[in-house]
Amino acid sequence: MSVDQKMDSSRRTLLFATSAVGGVAAVATAVPFVASLSPSARARAAGAPVEADISKLAPGELMTVEWRGKPVWVLRRTPEMLASLERTADKVSDPESAVPQQPPYATNAHRSINPEYMVMVGICTHLGCSPSSKVAAGAEGGMGADWAGGFFCPCHGSTFDLAGRVFKSMPAPTNLEVPPHKYLADTMLLIGDDGKA
Amino acid sequence: MTTKSQALVNWIDERFPLTSSIKGHLTEYYAPKNFNFWYFFGSLALLVLVIQIVTGIFLVMHYKPDGTLNSAGIPVAFASVEYIMREVPGGWLIRYLHSTGASAFFVVVYLHMFRGLLYGSYRKPRELIWIFGTLIFLVLMAEAFMGYLLPWGQMSFWGAQVIINLFSAIPLIGPDLALMIRGDYVIGDATLNRFFAFHVIAVPLILIGLVAAHIIALHEVGSNNPDGVEIKKKKDANGIPLDGIPFHPYYTVKDIVGVVGFLILFSAVVFFWPEGGGYFLEYNNFIPADPLTTPLHIAPVWYFTPFYSVLRAVTYPLFGIDAKFWGVVAMGASVVIIAFLPWLDRSPAKSIRYKGPIFKAALVVFIISFFILGYLGVLPPTPMRTLVAQICSVLYFAFFLLMPWYSKLDKCKPEPDRVNFK
Amino acid sequence: MTMNVFKTLKRFAAVLLFVPSLALAAGAAVHLDRAPVSTDPAALQHGAKLFVNYCMGCHSASFMRYNMMNSIGLTDQQIRDNLMFTGERVGDLMKISMRPSESKVWFGKAPPDLTLIARQRASGDGSGADWLYTYLRQFYRDDQRPTGWNNVVFANVGMPHVLWELQGEQVAKVTENADGTKSFELSLASPGTLSVEEFDKAVADLVSYLVWLGEPVAEKRKTIGVFVLLFLAGLFVLSYALKKNYWRDIH
Repeated sequence: MSVDQKMDSSRRTLLFATSAVGGVAAVATAVPFVASLSPSARARAAGAPVEADISKLAPGELMTVEWRGKPVWVLRRTPEMLASLERTADKVSDPESAVPQQPPYATNAHRSINPEYMVMVGICTHLGCSPSSKVAAGAEGGMGADWAGGFFCPCHGSTFDLAGRVFKSMPAPTNLEVPPHKYLADTMLLIGDDGKA
Repeated sequence: MTTKSQALVNWIDERFPLTSSIKGHLTEYYAPKNFNFWYFFGSLALLVLVIQIVTGIFLVMHYKPDGTLNSAGIPVAFASVEYIMREVPGGWLIRYLHSTGASAFFVVVYLHMFRGLLYGSYRKPRELIWIFGTLIFLVLMAEAFMGYLLPWGQMSFWGAQVIINLFSAIPLIGPDLALMIRGDYVIGDATLNRFFAFHVIAVPLILIGLVAAHIIALHEVGSNNPDGVEIKKKKDANGIPLDGIPFHPYYTVKDIVGVVGFLILFSAVVFFWPEGGGYFLEYNNFIPADPLTTPLHIAPVWYFTPFYSVLRAVTYPLFGIDAKFWGVVAMGASVVIIAFLPWLDRSPAKSIRYKGPIFKAALVVFIISFFILGYLGVLPPTPMRTLVAQICSVLYFAFFLLMPWYSKLDKCKPEPDRVNFK
Repeated sequence: MTMNVFKTLKRFAAVLLFVPSLALAAGAAVHLDRAPVSTDPAALQHGAKLFVNYCMGCHSASFMRYNMMNSIGLTDQQIRDNLMFTGERVGDLMKISMRPSESKVWFGKAPPDLTLIARQRASGDGSGADWLYTYLRQFYRDDQRPTGWNNVVFANVGMPHVLWELQGEQVAKVTENADGTKSFELSLASPGTLSVEEFDKAVADLVSYLVWLGEPVAEKRKTIGVFVLLFLAGLFVLSYALKKNYWRDIH
């Protein structure tokens, strides 16, 4: 009574057709279940772009804005700080920002739209810790006398310069991420939306 | 089969009964070839169980068993259900599948039980299958009842209020027992959380265990059939029952037809009639639970109403204990008595096909009483309705309690040796 | 033998038909006008406008986000410009600033959240839409009430007639029936800014919006349902043919 012996061609066709259509049904059934794992309307509303007023930011000062539950740093860089970027350029692993960790409008030496303001997601590209700010140059922050100012990740010791570029031979593989953003006015930032996506 | 995959199967078989299980439960499990329409409902019940477990898992990812109020003054649990319905991608479908699945479970299980009643599937040697089945039914009622509290709507709240207060009718320990079930002086956050724990973990575990026992017991003795013939009595030279066919592929392909047919009806409800006219999702349950206002008319969900009617039908105190207690006893008994059927039926014939007119009449009266009880259970009581419910409750119990006599008296037709199959 | 079962079932069905007569004494049903519920985007958008202007002063729709109205054909910009009056974001829930605990003190009962009102108000008498459509059109002047208004389908309602400028003022001629129930005859004492037909249309749009609000996914659900059923019908034919094919072997 083996099934295979009786497997005539019409039965084979029917078996394949039913299995195929049944398979499609199974996949279609999985759609709502898989979809339910993605962010809900609430999560998307909470992840909406945020406005940041940077008019009160003094030169050399750093503020943190929360966007999608992540810290976004806005640093108003002094001319000295900007100058330090030229000195660190040969010490960082990706000075030209070749890896797309930033929107096209921030793919430049200072990795920002406006050279004065750095806008950066404060999450280490290694394993997701938030680096601490070591913006001041010199030995004060305990980073050594030749420290040009930047960021230091306490988890695994990655260091970044004042444009979020990772120094050579560090655990972090890429530069810090620049979020999509745009200027609504000279001192009003919109983080999370650049009007292009 | 290629030698490599055969080698893998051999490797597994030396360590785990793979091939023998497939043979024992599918390809060499011989089922009578004369199954009819009524025999779809066993596999369908299993399907609905799977639907409920899968949709349930995904609902738990978003549901919050929290009775406290959010900033808009809505209980968090209630709001989380609407959150699933509106904000979770695909959430509305998963929720409707689960809420419709609850009603579908009872439709299928009631039909499955009726099949047993029709063809005497509870008779020797299938008493244990029947007992496991009754337990499944009982546990399923607990599962449904606890699940119904979770949306935290008005019907959830007041339905649970009424049912939990039933326990307070038990003499001596009642009030303390009700307090322990609630975990509070009223139904509250504590009640919601423990019902959630029971509904998603404890009761499903028991349910799955009982279903396994039900099927293992069935495969031990073999299936009954519409003629009530024991197919194992007539075997061919190879020891294969003459009226048996391998479950796989014959009943797999047949059950697939049943499954697709069921899914058509099920989807029609899910997509076009999810409220089920207020029976699957009650209108008042779209109002958040309010401990200060009882809705004008509260009734249990439809699948509980026959037993609820039995409860309400008892209006006389007895032995100095009030009617409320005896109502609870009657309701409990109306479910438990089903388990005793194998020993109540003394008819020489198993199947309704060969049973005499008395049994047939009794079955018809029983089913009609059951439906009337169910119908009355959704209505508010009036003296007239209570009287009808009392008559039907008596008929309900009479069907079981008088069975040893009338089934014996009945003039049965001779049972055949072999099944009827065209 | 199967015939017997069928005969039994038939007899049984006949008996069941008589059972509903038991329900006759279920209490006098309220007469509800059938609501002309529309799913037309223009009607829903008009309803949305009425909702935020006339209802959201006191009632929230706290399960609903403003930008969910994208699905009735409104862009974020339109929603921001026409339907939002305070500085919320378009992804915010349609909450109100009135706190439930405070409004309970002011009105005796907090105005209910309206997101699910059309689903809550369904009953044996008619759909939730029917109830709302009748309710919103049957306010009448009643000096006995603190608000100066009463309602035919919701006696002694706490809510005043917020649409009165549109509808005008109705007065009721109340007659007591023999069985103690009351009959109402409403007439327009002073007209509002809308004609009767215009007002009915406005209320119909508002009710349509409330129905949509109760289950925004309803239309999509039915569309998907059609495809699911067609697909399953095809699968049914195939699986039935497969079963027939296999069962040829069984004699």
